[in-house]
Amino acid sequence: MLEARNLAALRGERLVFARLGFALPRGGALLLEGPNGAGKSTLLRVLAGLGRAEAGTLHWGRHDLLTDRIAHAERVAWLGHLDAVKPGLGVAENLAFWGGRAEVATALDRMGLRRLADLPARMLSAGQRRRLALARLALSAAPIWLLDEPTLGLDTAAVAALGKMLADHLATGGVVVAATHLPLPLPGAQSLAMAA
Amino acid sequence: MRRLLARELRLSLRHGSDSLAALMFFLLAGALFPLAIGPAPETLGRMAPGIIWVCALLAALLPLDRLFGADHEDGSLDLLLLSGLPAAGVALGKAAAHWLTTGLPLVLAAGPLAVMLRLDEAAIPALLLGLLPGTAVLSLLGTMGAAMVLGARRGGVLLPLLVLPLAAPVLIFGAAAADAAAVGLAARPHLLLLCALFAAALPLCPLAAGAALRSAAE
Repeated sequence: MLEARNLAALRGERLVFARLGFALPRGGALLLEGPNGAGKSTLLRVLAGLGRAEAGTLHWGRHDLLTDRIAHAERVAWLGHLDAVKPGLGVAENLAFWGGRAEVATALDRMGLRRLADLPARMLSAGQRRRLALARLALSAAPIWLLDEPTLGLDTAAVAALGKMLADHLATGGVVVAATHLPLPLPGAQSLAMAA
Repeated sequence: MRRLLARELRLSLRHGSDSLAALMFFLLAGALFPLAIGPAPETLGRMAPGIIWVCALLAALLPLDRLFGADHEDGSLDLLLLSGLPAAGVALGKAAAHWLTTGLPLVLAAGPLAVMLRLDEAAIPALLLGLLPGTAVLSLLGTMGAAMVLGARRGGVLLPLLVLPLAAPVLIFGAAAADAAAVGLAARPHLLLLCALFAAALPLCPLAAGAALRSAAE
């Protein structure tokens, strides 16, 4: 279970949020909702161990996530608002760093990118790049998925594929924390309202 | 770590212009000296070690601002930091990739350039032996500098200001090794000092670069 208590974070000199807490059991999903600038991305970065929490505690089961960031990194799959796609590499090559050949092929299949596997990534449209980033997520065996606007630029078929992927992940006991403005295919998700 | 190195090498092969630009800069800058100071063999041969070292130092700086810059802009840096490697490990992998794509080609090109500049044959082995650890130290220092200026405005201008003073000892001992060999003295002490610099930079630079990467990600 992912449990946060009294978290606070700064961006620059400004306090973005304080006294923030939630408890997310295994198999649970949490949607972060709020206007632009409410600190949704900042919270995700803190949960990933990329950003720094100024106060509070964050636990995954018995593990303290704020002290050992390298061990924590292995438990986290990250989808930022940037796609982290290298335009010079091919579609399948972009994923080669994160998995073996067979797993990459399955992941591309899940997001409907198999046909484009050998294409240079610079030929992809914005939505296809997002799908490639989601395929990288599918490669990860990490239990904690942190998603920043996952459906940005996706068509309805890709949103459905994402929904299937998220449902499979939750069914294996993983957790999902997603920041979003658009409705996500996540039935039964808790939501956390963040104010600007 | 091996995967990171393979990824970096594949990327730099695809964007071959970056490392090629450094190599061409090295050769062209070296070739300008005979035009500027005249082709007299004794003057040129006397200055050759210094010319080659300065050109190698400047050429090694060229690809540095893209070293982390591209990854920072497209979000890959976050993923690298979450890949399970410590941040210092990511920096070490980057430094190794920089050396393989820039430092090693410079060492290979230095031989022909030295012949062109009429360096005494006896001094060429000392020059190349010095460049081997020397370019590695430059890669490590450069990686540290590149990580530090990450996210700063005008990082490209700041980078040489940070790295060049730190690289001065490498330049001094490297050129001195070739000079000593040219006049028949032992180059060994200078080469050993270069190796000592390498031994110090190998653990320290990745640690500093890793801390800088962490703070750039926050």
